[in-house]
Amino acid sequence: MRYAMAIDTKKCVGCGDCVVACQTENNVPHGYCRDWIVERVDGTYPSLSLEFRSERCNHCDNSPCVRCCPTGASHIEEGGIVTVTHHKCIGCGACIQSCPYDARYSHPEGYVDKCTFCLHRVQKGQNTACVDVCPTKCLHFGDLDDPNSDVSLAIKDRSWKVLAPEAGTKPQLYFLT
Amino acid sequence: MKTRRDFIKISTAGAGAAAISFKAFGSKGFGLFESKTEGPVSDEDLTPYPTYCEVCFWKCAAWAYVDKSGTIRKVVGNKNDPHCNGRLCPRGTGGVGMVYDEDRLKTPLIRDTRKDGTQYFREASWEEALDKVADKMKEVKEKHGPEAFGLFNHGTPGGHFHHLLRAYGSESNAEPAFANCRGPRSSAYFSTFGAYVGSPECTDIRDTKCLVLIGSHLGENMHNSQVQEMSDAIDNGATIITVDPRFSTAAAHSNHWLPIKPSTDIALLMAWIHVLIYEGLYDKDYVEQYTFGLDYLKDHVKNMTPEWAYGITTIEPEEIRRTARAMADAAPAVIIHPGRHVVWYGDDTQRGRAMAILTALLGSWGKRGGLYFPEGVSVPAYPHPHFPEPKWTWKDWNEDRYPLATMGITTEALKASIPRYNYKHQLKAWLVAGTNLPLSMPDKPLFKEAADSVEFIAVMDTMPMDITGYADVVFPEATYLERYDVIRSAANREPNIALRMPAIEPKYDSKPGWWIAKQIGERLGLHDYFNYDDYSEVIDWQLKQLGTSLEEMKKIGVKKYPRKSGPLYLGDGENFDFNTTTGKIELYSVDFADHGFDPIPNYTKHPEPPQNFYRLIYGRAPMHTFSRTSNNPNLSDLMSENSVWVNPKVADLWELKNGQEVWLKNQDDAITSFPVKVRVTERIRWDSVYMVHGFGHKNKKLSRAFGKGAADTEMITNVAVDPIMGGTGMRGNFITFLTEDPALEGKEVKA
Repeated sequence: MRYAMAIDTKKCVGCGDCVVACQTENNVPHGYCRDWIVERVDGTYPSLSLEFRSERCNHCDNSPCVRCCPTGASHIEEGGIVTVTHHKCIGCGACIQSCPYDARYSHPEGYVDKCTFCLHRVQKGQNTACVDVCPTKCLHFGDLDDPNSDVSLAIKDRSWKVLAPEAGTKPQLYFLT
Repeated sequence: MKTRRDFIKISTAGAGAAAISFKAFGSKGFGLFESKTEGPVSDEDLTPYPTYCEVCFWKCAAWAYVDKSGTIRKVVGNKNDPHCNGRLCPRGTGGVGMVYDEDRLKTPLIRDTRKDGTQYFREASWEEALDKVADKMKEVKEKHGPEAFGLFNHGTPGGHFHHLLRAYGSESNAEPAFANCRGPRSSAYFSTFGAYVGSPECTDIRDTKCLVLIGSHLGENMHNSQVQEMSDAIDNGATIITVDPRFSTAAAHSNHWLPIKPSTDIALLMAWIHVLIYEGLYDKDYVEQYTFGLDYLKDHVKNMTPEWAYGITTIEPEEIRRTARAMADAAPAVIIHPGRHVVWYGDDTQRGRAMAILTALLGSWGKRGGLYFPEGVSVPAYPHPHFPEPKWTWKDWNEDRYPLATMGITTEALKASIPRYNYKHQLKAWLVAGTNLPLSMPDKPLFKEAADSVEFIAVMDTMPMDITGYADVVFPEATYLERYDVIRSAANREPNIALRMPAIEPKYDSKPGWWIAKQIGERLGLHDYFNYDDYSEVIDWQLKQLGTSLEEMKKIGVKKYPRKSGPLYLGDGENFDFNTTTGKIELYSVDFADHGFDPIPNYTKHPEPPQNFYRLIYGRAPMHTFSRTSNNPNLSDLMSENSVWVNPKVADLWELKNGQEVWLKNQDDAITSFPVKVRVTERIRWDSVYMVHGFGHKNKKLSRAFGKGAADTEMITNVAVDPIMGGTGMRGNFITFLTEDPALEGKEVKA
């Protein structure tokens, strides 16, 4: 099993609903977030392009955050989901430094926190909160090993890119272009 | 390739959060951390209560999930609701922040005067506050007649007060939603098709092959089901054509972006009409059968060629032809989106007419993928005596002006409140429910003079919005998640109703709008109009008339009904009587001609920015509704202030840097109360600037929103009034930049 997410940049409007839904679902404190929106503009008026990306932890196959964690708090769950066991975390921040995607933050209570791919929902066969709420249906989640999963079907006939491939982390967010 | 530093993160994660982490270490030291904040709660441990959202007017049905401690943990869309299909927008998802905003109005407040003459609000009991308003209503009725008590309202809470005022004998009501927003569209479409486009608009985006947006920025305005359907249309390969001087989100998702010179849209529309007619691309059978006035129209647009429009709009003639042909290729599955906030230049009803005429030529009114025939559920009124007949109503403020207005005009209500305008029918007191007039109305001096002129203002709101500062009595309203309310029954493809019930008890000493209206009514001896103890009785009675019950609706939230009015679309060649003077779609408006207005739209040149000034264009951000959400803890987290978008060429000229704070000054020397940050971006034309509406709050009680960003409405002192229906055109204002604090100007500043 290999959980992954595809983000359709042709449809995302950058509304930030994924961010709020994650905050309320996961009780993320105000002022922090586990997912965020990046807006990228290229060109000169009026020859322009604009891309919105809903970003979060890439749940990398080769995850530097897990490797560098001195306590084993950062670990990999079934399906490749990278999570942090809060009570094992000493808040050293090595994982934050090692992540090429700025995906982790220090929770005000001291431990490091990040996207869990809504493990508590996924384990029950539900989608992540961000996927379920997205008004443009531009987020697709599922198991890449299942050819009929939403994410497999989404990337099947589309061109896509991953972020910072040069970091060699084998990220599992696929941005459809 | 750009580095990641060029990205603009809208939200608060990443580098910012990493910097904050040092504080956490400092206070806690290293060690093992016990999580005090509760993590995610399983849905099975939460109780869902049905509601419909009140963060905006789309009113999406939802479930509020309450945990065992009685806290609303999240709000999630109702899957059976056509307004949201189970997916709320960020505002709906963040609606929970309305409840837990610690700056909420908590008790009734009464304006009082200290011994030294200064005024202040003191906390009051409900008894005293309600008595005060009821006594004032009695006094106004005796002295001036009940008609002199006016109502400004918006959204669901306004309805309860509309009912109260009708029972009391007044129909002097106005809401910014008409003259300051979508009014021109109503008059334009009604005069053309004899029907309104409604809310949600009856646009069949789901099945369209071509969507044309004239300045409408879907995706930044999160009109939920429309944004969802636009996304479906992208999947289906529909052609999207966006006309906007700004590279909006919708423009970025479009096949054709027409970066039009602002204020010239009518020229483009008339040129499109020219192409459709003179290239023979219009739907001849449809036009022959259903429309009136093609010959007049053909003659009228004879010289309105793409070449003519090029000189006005700066859009290349070939692009005008290409896009017109794309529409014709898709017809009748093509939507000229009627827009929503359409008060721009004062000839907005005529622009709406041009859009409606284009719609008719393409044969898309009443067609799949065009505009469908919506149907709603008629909710029976809970029994009450007939309302007394007022001696005059909002219509009489206008006297002979704005003959095609279909609702009260807010600016006329303000003028009717000011004695020097010498209106025959004058307002002496106001109730304001759910609308923040100082930030929603243009021409602030007019608002201030009116507020100073009236004897009494009572305001009902959930938040200490700027309007509360003008009140004599302030009522703290329970939020939509804490109250019963009227049954939602907006027209849609499938008729449907939605229930709003309290998920939790009202926090603080707030009360539901229905309760406040009833309490005042009881004090005025109007019990028979409020013949119930709890509003749930009204809802249950109404639901039973509709073949359901409160009990059932509590379980399902939304109920759909079969259509009774016939199919969604016109059949081929089907006979159809339009509710217009001629019984046909009026390409030539007989009504307009009778009233002395252009029966077919004409392009009018509008003033352009003077040297060193830039046209102010404003709009929406997807995570905010008007000025209502700027203090919401969840939503201000996403966007806490607005910025002024400036083209890099202009920024170079003024030596403005990204993030630099500037004050704005307009053509009438009005200056923003607060500075606003510059956003240097290619997404805006060099002759314009852009701001998101709803920021720059002046009430310090809004701890998150106070002083954040600037209010576009402060810069809108020039109002181009639409002579047809009284709309307040707001896009004829021009701003320049002040890089030094204007408060320090002329003062000696010690270095």
